[in-house]
Amino acid sequence: MAQVKEKTRMVDIASNAPGEVLLALGNEAIARGCMEAGVKVAAAYPGTPSSEILQTLSKAAKELGMYTQWSTNEIVAIEVATAASMAGLRAVTAMKAQGLNVALDFFLHLNLLGTRGGLVGVVCDDPQGWSSVNEQDSRWLIGRMADFPLLEPSSAQEAKDMAKWAFELSEEIESTVFIRSVTRISHGSGAITLGEMNGVSRTARFDRSFSPNPVPQKHAELKEKQRKARAMFEASPFNWYKGPESPRLIVVCSGTGWPFTVDALEALGLEDSVGVIKLGTTWPLPIEFILNNIRNNAPILIIEEVDPFIEVHLKEELYNRRNDNEFQKVYGKNTGHVNEVGELDPNKVINSIVGLMGTEYRSRDSDYNEKARKYAQDMTLPRPPIWCAGCPHRASLWALKHALRLDGMEGYATGDIGCYALDRYYGGWQLTRTQSCMGGGSGLASGFGKLQQFGFNQKVIANCGDSTFFHAAIPALINAVHHRADTTFLILDNSATGMTGFQPHPGTLLDAMGDPAVPVDIERLCRSLGCKVEVADPFDWEDAQEKLWNLIQQDGAKVMVMRRKCALLAAREDGPEYSVWVDPDKCIGEDCGCDRYCTRIFKCPGLIWDKGSEKAKVDEAVCAGCGFCVNICPQGAIVREKIS
Amino acid sequence: MSMEKCVNIVVCGTGGQGNVLLSRFLARAFVKKGYYATIGETFGMSQRGGAVMSHVRISREKPYGPLIPEGQGHVILSLEPMETIRVLGDYGNPSIAVISNIRPVYPVISITGEEDYPDLAEVKRVIREMSGKTWFLDATQISLEMGNTILTNMVMIGALAESKVVDLTESDLRGIIKESFSGDIAQTNISAVSRGMRAVRG
Repeated sequence: MAQVKEKTRMVDIASNAPGEVLLALGNEAIARGCMEAGVKVAAAYPGTPSSEILQTLSKAAKELGMYTQWSTNEIVAIEVATAASMAGLRAVTAMKAQGLNVALDFFLHLNLLGTRGGLVGVVCDDPQGWSSVNEQDSRWLIGRMADFPLLEPSSAQEAKDMAKWAFELSEEIESTVFIRSVTRISHGSGAITLGEMNGVSRTARFDRSFSPNPVPQKHAELKEKQRKARAMFEASPFNWYKGPESPRLIVVCSGTGWPFTVDALEALGLEDSVGVIKLGTTWPLPIEFILNNIRNNAPILIIEEVDPFIEVHLKEELYNRRNDNEFQKVYGKNTGHVNEVGELDPNKVINSIVGLMGTEYRSRDSDYNEKARKYAQDMTLPRPPIWCAGCPHRASLWALKHALRLDGMEGYATGDIGCYALDRYYGGWQLTRTQSCMGGGSGLASGFGKLQQFGFNQKVIANCGDSTFFHAAIPALINAVHHRADTTFLILDNSATGMTGFQPHPGTLLDAMGDPAVPVDIERLCRSLGCKVEVADPFDWEDAQEKLWNLIQQDGAKVMVMRRKCALLAAREDGPEYSVWVDPDKCIGEDCGCDRYCTRIFKCPGLIWDKGSEKAKVDEAVCAGCGFCVNICPQGAIVREKIS
Repeated sequence: MSMEKCVNIVVCGTGGQGNVLLSRFLARAFVKKGYYATIGETFGMSQRGGAVMSHVRISREKPYGPLIPEGQGHVILSLEPMETIRVLGDYGNPSIAVISNIRPVYPVISITGEEDYPDLAEVKRVIREMSGKTWFLDATQISLEMGNTILTNMVMIGALAESKVVDLTESDLRGIIKESFSGDIAQTNISAVSRGMRAVRG
């Protein structure tokens, strides 16, 4: 009998292998910290840059005896996590900044509720708005408004360590603890050293003596918790001073401010004259620690992401303690010494320090600099985001474009948060004219649909994705149905939460842990409300366009479901359906009179215009093989052949 | 920031080319060799056809921050030629080493005919002029010949190993590939690395 070779498992993010070093995303590191703390329940709704936290926990859930779920939206997620905490278990929820706004109603009461099992919330802000509608600084809501203790990691390692410790702090002071990350931490990677897993085992049970009242008493308890947290923060190992005994300038920083400041000082060669107070606990501010480390009465520069949060609170504390004849100089965003919009980067920090220190800095030879900038400006084209090759949203919006043109009454779409919003950019057709928040387009449409008595006669189409529909559009649809608002809900069902990485949602067959779930049927749900529902495959171009056009001609609230799997998922799961090419004998180029309809109007990146032959061409490295474009060429020059 | 302290690698391309996977793969190979590695990257909507870039920072001494300061790149590993010029604009310097794919991914504004993609010969000339050492290859073509454009980034990482501008060998790559993939898939990736190495050997 052959010898059975023992299978050795590679060390991964869920391994109980203390001391091992792994490369991890900041979000993976946060998830690891939760695992080490013995978290039992995790719930979230996906949102960039936070999604990998629950994703990582879900992958390890069965092995580590956890329960995880992608909840319908963020407020449900925070409630699910809180229920676990109320039953004595350690629990976590994670969200992007705008998700916190969705959760706000519960969140602003959770501070008075207190906790039993350690409860940690992670909010990932997105300075620069890389994948968000704004540059929200959630610290105001978490700290100043709700009085939750707030931690800000500066590296992947610290993100892991903080997440683990946050549960201990939470149980110590009986308050939810929040971690505020930012894109460059959550989506940055670094080496982390794994720690011990906490094997804590508890039975879930709700204590019926629990009471959220009376409010003033609970509020007083909250203030007391703040004082306890501050005392602990004063001695926290997440805060430190690095620099000379007699600095000429002191930088106070948090989050990415720490690595960018260290790199800036190294680039400037100023490590011996500038001191750095690095803060990992930013609410309540550990003021005694800060004052003890302001040496040499040096002026202070605050480096932090988005808003002057530490800056105004440090100034407030300094004012309260001021000596009559002496004011500490504090520079930052409010004084114009640090960028007040956009994310931080090492160059901005270098410029801030150079400005205050009066030193010179040149990053590279000035002739080279000038040339490099000029070439970059003259020889590169912008790349506005567009739908992927083979994206079903392109086909769905193509149908809408034609339906609205046939209608001829200046109809438009109210948009939502998801890949279909790319219609607003260069690669789409700008049918979508609004985009605000999850479900926002549906609510607006239910309002526009009631303006007929004031002369309004445009067709309004609310477009939203399948995941967004469950998250926030259902109340607006009910509002439209109940009030007979004249509007059409265009639900773009691509069978996943596409933009954030294909997480399951209430309409999918499997849940976060890969277990069978009850898929909520969108069309049955809509029909049960009493509205007319049509379903089409957007790649079945004539059927989709006809159904949509017929629907928008009717009064009241209607639903059109366009169903086709996300192209990225299809590529991964099924491969290309067709091989597609342009028949050079049929494409007659500029002589056609179509004025390059396929590339100028349709704008799929898989179709390009070949300057040499003056004909359309399929870019074989980009084309996804969906075959939809055979419908658009007036000469029938685009050919597809089924791949067996 | 001197070369000995920290090596700054910019991995660039367009959304969907596998930039994120490439940078993580690269950083993992260095972590396995005992280096500190930090990556700064963005993903999400900017990935849908946009210009994407990861910063990979390798050091024997300490972890560096997630973003490279202006003009401080040591290596550009580029999946798209126009993107190489964009990155040189921010991070280039006279001694930077460039390993660049030469197959364009056309931006939608050139697909519509509004703006022309720059002349490829001129793109290559400028990249040569603005870098200390340069290697060009058509990694996309190689991956198409191998049957899947998903292999483009493995071809590129092979070219990086062959250039010897960083401390990374073919056997390091074999090791990390075998750790990440099994059986035939590992073998295909190892072949892609070899094809990339050959392509810049001349």
